[in-house]
Amino acid sequence: MAGIVSITLQNNDEARPVIESILHDNPSARANYMPGAVKIDCPERLVVKAESVSERIGRDWDPQEIHLTIVSMGGSLDEDDEELVLSWGA
Amino acid sequence: MTPPRKKKLNLKKRYELMTRGLDWETSYQKMDDVFPYDTFEGIKITDWSKWEDPFRLTMDAYWKYQGEKERKLYAVLDSFAQNNGQLGISDARYVNAIKLFLTGVTPLEYQAHRHFAHLGRHIRGVGPRVAAQMQSLDELRHAQTQIHTISHYNKYFDGFSEFPHMHDRVWYLSVPKSFFDDACSAGPFEFFTAISFAFEYVLTNLLFVPFMSGAAYNGDLATVTFGFSAQSDEARHMTLGIEVIKFMLEQHPDNLPIVQKWVDKWFWRGHKMLGLVAMMMDYMLPKRIMSWKEAWEIYFTEAGGALFEDLSRYGLRVPKYADIATDEAEHISHQNWAIFYQYTQAAGFHTWLPSDEEMAWLSEKYPNTFDKYYRPRFEMWREMEAKGERFYNNALPQLCQTCQIPMGYTEPGDPTKIGFRSTEYAGERYHFCSDGCKDIFENEPEKFSQAWLPVHQIFQGNCGGADLGDVLKWYHMDNGIDNMDYTGSPDQKQWDAWQSARKRVAG
Repeated sequence: MAGIVSITLQNNDEARPVIESILHDNPSARANYMPGAVKIDCPERLVVKAESVSERIGRDWDPQEIHLTIVSMGGSLDEDDEELVLSWGA
Repeated sequence: MTPPRKKKLNLKKRYELMTRGLDWETSYQKMDDVFPYDTFEGIKITDWSKWEDPFRLTMDAYWKYQGEKERKLYAVLDSFAQNNGQLGISDARYVNAIKLFLTGVTPLEYQAHRHFAHLGRHIRGVGPRVAAQMQSLDELRHAQTQIHTISHYNKYFDGFSEFPHMHDRVWYLSVPKSFFDDACSAGPFEFFTAISFAFEYVLTNLLFVPFMSGAAYNGDLATVTFGFSAQSDEARHMTLGIEVIKFMLEQHPDNLPIVQKWVDKWFWRGHKMLGLVAMMMDYMLPKRIMSWKEAWEIYFTEAGGALFEDLSRYGLRVPKYADIATDEAEHISHQNWAIFYQYTQAAGFHTWLPSDEEMAWLSEKYPNTFDKYYRPRFEMWREMEAKGERFYNNALPQLCQTCQIPMGYTEPGDPTKIGFRSTEYAGERYHFCSDGCKDIFENEPEKFSQAWLPVHQIFQGNCGGADLGDVLKWYHMDNGIDNMDYTGSPDQKQWDAWQSARKRVAG
């Protein structure tokens, strides 16, 4: 079984474009809604692309802004200026 | 058309300059004298520069984002207080979960602040040292924002006002307190394994995610807000946890057996401590989001499964007794709530029996165990209450020497038999609730034979006196106000008055 990676974000106005981008850029991702938060699971690898979020909010989005809405995660993380990647085996 | 993204000094470069670039090798003093604590545990580190924070967060960016989090949080807290947010919660019983949180968890945040400050000074590698400094500030922020938020409830409900005093003295609060005391009195690498890895990475989701989601579902705007604000730091703490484990395992093969032993120990200790959260989720939330068993499946079986599969390439295996902990997820919340029901006279929050509707939910969520083992007990207690013979357990319980929980847990595979283990050390016999707790003692008997066990201390005359009234006074618990059942409590009286005022307004 492929390891599931996951990211949990707040379910608020600031996080919604990030959630939308994740679901768009990771076709195998599945969103589980709970009160106040959304847990997104994806097999093996999940990417949050700064470009996708920036397009949705109409301004430059810095991947470090994820610190304002992230609740939890599962997987090994790697972040640079363009994207934030969660995966196993890294 | 969105303008192209601005180019700045890239993140990797910036992180390098702002961490390793600011560090130096000491020359007037030996490095071993400047950093005296990071070698005695036997963990071998050959190259500290291999450490990198995967978020690559530098101090300047840290202040920027933390400042923004605080501004948002305080706007909500202020508005909650101004608008009498306490009126909007689902039911006053809910507040008892917050009492348990403030007395049991908030003081741990402060402990974590202190110990990460220690690591932020004493770890030789600059990467983890900076990460520990940030986490130390985070933990202080968590303690402060929790106290600040919950102070609003303290204006209207009992059981909050003496929380730091209670944390240091009350029998069930010795469970989380001794957990943290154990970690803080260990070496730096064991502390990282205990708190950053076993607790923050493997188990913290079980505490904060369902708790905060539960707060959101029960109308507690204030707790949701501080909870999610704290949790946004937690993701960073989790990365510290996983990085420290991988770093130790990558640095030297001799580290594996040491790390494995710590992982086994702290998984088991964390599992026992989180039994308090299990009870909170299954019994204390008027509106429930998921059962403890469901949370365990998502956050330990599934997420932990992927994690340990990944770590198996270093030779690390799933924590010892993980299978037993998973079996116990069917039982632990019911057994804990039954302990508190029997000892309500000595609890700093209110208890109650589950209603018919709540028992139906428990049957549905626990088809293998609730109707068979736990419903009959609650129904018997309900009949006794109806006859005016509410059951109180007036005997002081035997405590497990390691986890300090009353010995009310059952044998793996036989929920009708109380689990019991013992061992001898230096001419004395010590008692345990489980093989996991016994193993931990036997690995460090010098440490655990000195445990401050609340029941022993009462018997030795160190807790204010010989009867319940004396001990409650020593706990700073107001008898008849802070303790006992919710039904008949001042909390209930006030809540009912608010509700009837609301009905009058509604006409």
